[in-house]
Amino acid sequence: MTTAAQASHDTDHDHDPGAVHAHIMPPRILLGVYGALVVLTVLTVAVAYLELGKLNIWAAMIIAVIKASLVVLYFMHLKYDNLFNGVVLITALIFVALFIAVTMMDTAEYKPNENQPGTRVMMTSQNGG
Amino acid sequence: MSSTEQTLAADSHAGHNGHHDPHLAHHFDTPEQQYTSGKLGMWMFLGTEVLMFGGLFCAYAVYRHNHPEVFEYAHQYLDRKLGAINTLVLITSSLTMAWGVRAAQMGKRGLLVALLLLTILGGAGFMFIKTIEYSTKWREHIFIGSGNVFYESNPETKPQSVNGLEEEALHINEAKPETVATVKVEPDVVDPNAGTPDAALIKPPNITPAGLSEKVKAGVTERMSYNSLVKQDQTRVYTFFAIYFFMTGLHGVHVLVGMGLITWILVRAARNEFGPTYFTPVDLVGLYWHLVDLIWIFLFPLLYLIH
Amino acid sequence: MSAVTGPISYHGPTPQPQRASSDNYLNHTRGVMSWAFTLDHKRIGLMYMIGILASFLLAGLFAIMVRTMLWHPLTAEAGASQGALNSAHDLYNHMFTLHGAVMVFMFIIPSVPAILGNFILPMQLGAKDVAFPRLNLLSFYCWVVGGVFFVYLLLSGVLHAMGFNVPGGYGLDTGWTFYTPYSDAKAQGSVVAATIGVFILGFSSILTGLNFIASIHMLRPRGMGWFKMPLFLWALYSTSLIQILATPVLAITVMLLCAERAIGIGIFDPARGGDPVLFQHFFWFYSHPAVYIMVLPSMGIISELIVAFSRKHIFGYSFIAMSSLAIALLSFFVWGHHMFISGQSAVTDAIFSLITFAVAIPSAVKVFNWLATLFRADIRLKVPMMYALGFIMLFTIGGLTGLFLGTLAVDVPLTNTYFIVAHFHYVMMGSTLFAFIGGMYYWWPKMFGKMYNETFAHVAFWFVFVGFNLTFFPQFIAGTKGMPRRYASYPVLSSDGRPTHFVTYHRLSTTGAYTMGTGLFLVLGTWIQSLRRGKQAPPNPWGANTLEWRCPSPPPHDNFTETPVADDPYDLSGWKYVSEEVGWVYDREQAAADVAAHVAH
Repeated sequence: MTTAAQASHDTDHDHDPGAVHAHIMPPRILLGVYGALVVLTVLTVAVAYLELGKLNIWAAMIIAVIKASLVVLYFMHLKYDNLFNGVVLITALIFVALFIAVTMMDTAEYKPNENQPGTRVMMTSQNGG
Repeated sequence: MSSTEQTLAADSHAGHNGHHDPHLAHHFDTPEQQYTSGKLGMWMFLGTEVLMFGGLFCAYAVYRHNHPEVFEYAHQYLDRKLGAINTLVLITSSLTMAWGVRAAQMGKRGLLVALLLLTILGGAGFMFIKTIEYSTKWREHIFIGSGNVFYESNPETKPQSVNGLEEEALHINEAKPETVATVKVEPDVVDPNAGTPDAALIKPPNITPAGLSEKVKAGVTERMSYNSLVKQDQTRVYTFFAIYFFMTGLHGVHVLVGMGLITWILVRAARNEFGPTYFTPVDLVGLYWHLVDLIWIFLFPLLYLIH
Repeated sequence: MSAVTGPISYHGPTPQPQRASSDNYLNHTRGVMSWAFTLDHKRIGLMYMIGILASFLLAGLFAIMVRTMLWHPLTAEAGASQGALNSAHDLYNHMFTLHGAVMVFMFIIPSVPAILGNFILPMQLGAKDVAFPRLNLLSFYCWVVGGVFFVYLLLSGVLHAMGFNVPGGYGLDTGWTFYTPYSDAKAQGSVVAATIGVFILGFSSILTGLNFIASIHMLRPRGMGWFKMPLFLWALYSTSLIQILATPVLAITVMLLCAERAIGIGIFDPARGGDPVLFQHFFWFYSHPAVYIMVLPSMGIISELIVAFSRKHIFGYSFIAMSSLAIALLSFFVWGHHMFISGQSAVTDAIFSLITFAVAIPSAVKVFNWLATLFRADIRLKVPMMYALGFIMLFTIGGLTGLFLGTLAVDVPLTNTYFIVAHFHYVMMGSTLFAFIGGMYYWWPKMFGKMYNETFAHVAFWFVFVGFNLTFFPQFIAGTKGMPRRYASYPVLSSDGRPTHFVTYHRLSTTGAYTMGTGLFLVLGTWIQSLRRGKQAPPNPWGANTLEWRCPSPPPHDNFTETPVADDPYDLSGWKYVSEEVGWVYDREQAAADVAAHVAH
C-alpha cells in the first residue's frame, strides 16, 4: 500500500516524488483486445445456433468469462494495477457465486415438494412439506 | 534516520515542493496516495455493483433452472440481432473510453474530448436500440408485471388469495388493499403495424397465447410454441419478462448514469483540467463504464441466446 | 526507521497530548450552512449522532407501546368488540414492525460506525479526515433521506388513525423482515415507501464501509502496520467488509419486493408463480451478516475499554484482530439458520447448522481474551467499564443462546417464539447498545471537551442493566413455554384449566422495559448535563495510548497540529495520572525507567 512512507524514498529523483505513476495502455493492446472481443462476440452468437444441449450455456458462459477477463485486465488496467483491487473484485465474485450456489441447491432440493400443475398451494412445514 | 526526521521529511514533500497541487486534498500526503485511494474506492464500489446484479443473476439462475421451458419459449420474443449489435456497440464504447483514459494520461485534450464524445454516442446508441426493443414489446403488450399480456390473458395468473381467511380479514379493515398497477389489455387485438414497413423492421410476433401465427413468417426460427408448454408453465411465461425487463432495465439505468458521468468528465476535459499529473476522474469514470459493459457481456448470452 | 518491537520501545517524539486552544472543530466555522455542507468527519459524526439517537428514542417508544399492549392479552375476553379487537391487533402489528425496522435500519446498523467510527477512526489513524470526505457527507444525507421515507410511514399511520384514507397503504405491518407473500400482496402497510427507505439507507451503509476500508488501507501513519492498529479499527474494517459485500444484496432484494408490490412481477408470490422462500434467501443473505455489522464494531469498543480501565496490555491481540475477520467471513455462510422451518431442504438445514457452530468460535475467542486481560488487572470501575463488563456478561448469554438456536433440532420448537426475541435482544441490545453507550461515555470527553458526572451515570447504568435483564430474561422462559413472537394475545389458562404463567412473564418484561426506559432517559440526562455544566475535560482523561488521545479535547478542525507517530496502542506504561483537571500525562523518564527495569529482568 502506498503511504507517505513509500513516497518519501524517491528523494533523489528530480520530479515530484509523490506524483502519480500509472501505466499507460499502448494502442496496440487496446486495439488487440477490442478485436478479440468482437471475434468472441461473433463466436458467442454462432455457438448459440449449434445444438449442444446442456453444454450450450457452459460454452456461452466460458466465452463470456474470457471476454470479461479481457475487459477487466486490459481496459480496466487490472493487470498493471495494485493486486488488492483484483482481490476486491474476485471477492465480490466469490460471494455472488456462494449466494447463487447455495440458493440453487436449496431450491433444487425442495422442488420435488412443489405440487404438480393445476394446484397452487406451496408445501410448508404446516401441511406436510 | 530517526523517525522524527523521517516524519518531517515526508511532510516537506507533501506540499512544500515549490508548487501547491490544487488537486491534492488536505488529508492526503501525496497525489500518488490520493490516486491509489480513489482507485481502491472505485473498485470497492464496483464490487458492490457486482453483488447487486449478482442477486438478479441468482433470481435468473433459480428460475431458469426450475423452469427451463419457460425461458426457452419466452426468449424467442427477444431480438438476437439487436442484442448482438448492442453488445458490439458497448464493446466499442469501452474501447473509446479506455483510449480516452490513455489520452488523458498523455495530456492530449482534443483526442480525449473526441473519445469521450464517441463513448457517449455509444451509450446513446445502446439506449436507442434498447428503446426500439422495449417499444416493440410494449406495442405487443409485453410489459413487466401484471400488465403483461401473458399475465392478464391467463385466468390462472389472476391474483387470488391463498387462504380464504385473509379475505375475511380484509373486509374488516376499511382501507383498500394496495392496487396492483393494471393495464387494459385486449389479448386478441390485431397488430396495428402488420403489413406496414415498421412490421418488417421489427418483426413482432402476434401475441395470442393460444397460437402464434405471424411469428413464423417474421423469420424467427420458432423452436417452441405456446401450446407445447404445460399449463403451469404457461402461467409462468410473464416471469421471464419480469426478469428480462428488470435486469436490462436496471442495466439501462446504469448506462444512463454512466453517460451522465462521462458528460461531466467531458465538460471538465474541454476545460483542460486533465493531464499527466491529474487524470483520476477520467480513470474512475472509465472503470464504471467498463463495469456496465461487463454486465452486458453476461446479460446478452443469458437472456438472448438461450437453448 | 527502527522497527517498533515489543510494548516498551517507543522512540518517536513525545506523545504528550496537545493542550486545548479555544479553536476547535465545534467553533471553527459557524452557521447552519457550515454544518450542512461540512466535510469534517467530526461534524458529520455529530450530525449522525443527533439523528441516530432520535431514531433510537422513536423506536424505543414503539417498544414501550408493544410492551404496554402485552400487559393484558389482547383477546375477546378483554371485553372489546370484534372490530376494536381487530384494530388493536392491527396497531400491535404496526408497532412491532416499526420498532424493528427503525431500530435495525436507522439506529443499530449505523450507530457505532456512523457516530463513533466517523469521529474516532481518522483520529486513531492520526489522519486529518477519512479517505473520501465528500462521500462521507453523501452517506449522511442518504441516511437522512432514507429516514424521511420512514417518517412518511409514521405519518401515514397517524393520518390513517385520524380517519384519512391514505393511498398505497399506511404504516408498516409486515414485521421488519418483510416476508412474502404477505408483504407483496396483502399487507396494509406502505411497503413501497419502506423498501425505498431501506434501499437508500443501505447506500449510506455501503458508502461508510467503503470509506473506512480505503481509510484504513491508505491513511495509516508511520509506525502503524496492520498488527499495530487499535482493535477498534480492526473491528471497523471487518464491519466495513460486511457492509460492502452484503448490503448490495439487500438493495436488490428490496428493489424486487418494491417492484413486486407496485407492478406485480411474480418473483416471490406463490399465487403468481413465485417462490417465497427465495425471498427469504435474498433477505437473510444480507440480514445475517447485518447482525455482525451491528455487533463487530461494539466488540472493538470493548477491546479499547477493557484495556484503558484495567491498565493492562490486551491479551491475545492477534487473535482478537483475526477473529474479527473470521467473524466477518463466516457470517456469510450461515444465513439459512433463520430459515430452518421455512421449507428449506434438509441438506441445506444441516449445512447451515454446522457452520453456525463454527461462527461462534471467533466470538468466544474474543471473550476469552478479554477475560484474560481482566485477570489480575488493576480494574477501574468507571462508567464505560461498567458497560464493558455488562457487555461481556450479556453477550455470553446472548451468544450461548444463539448456539442453542443454531442447533437444528432445538430451533424447530423454539423458533418464532420469545426465545428468539430474548436471544437477539441480548446480543443487539445487551451487547451492541451497551458497548455503544460505553463508547459514548469513553469518547465523550474527547468529542465535547466536557466530563460527565460519574455518580449520576452509575445510577443510570444500574437502571439500564437491571431493567434490561428484567425485560428479557423472562422472555427466554416464556419462549420455552411456547409464547410465540409477534402475538398480541396469549392464553391465560391452558387447555387443562390451569393458569399459564405467560401473564407473569409479560408483566415482568413490561416492568423491566419501563425500568430500562427510565435508565436510558437518565443516560441521556447525564449527557445533557455534561454539555451544560460538565467539567473541562483533559486531553487524556483515561490514560489510553491510542492516537486520538494525543490531540486536545475537543479536537481542532484538522485533528492534529503535527502528525503523531504511532506506537503500540495498548502499551500504557508511559502514562501517569496527575489529577482530574490534567488527566494522564506521558512520563518519558518513567517510560525509560520501565524499559531499564524490564531489561534488567
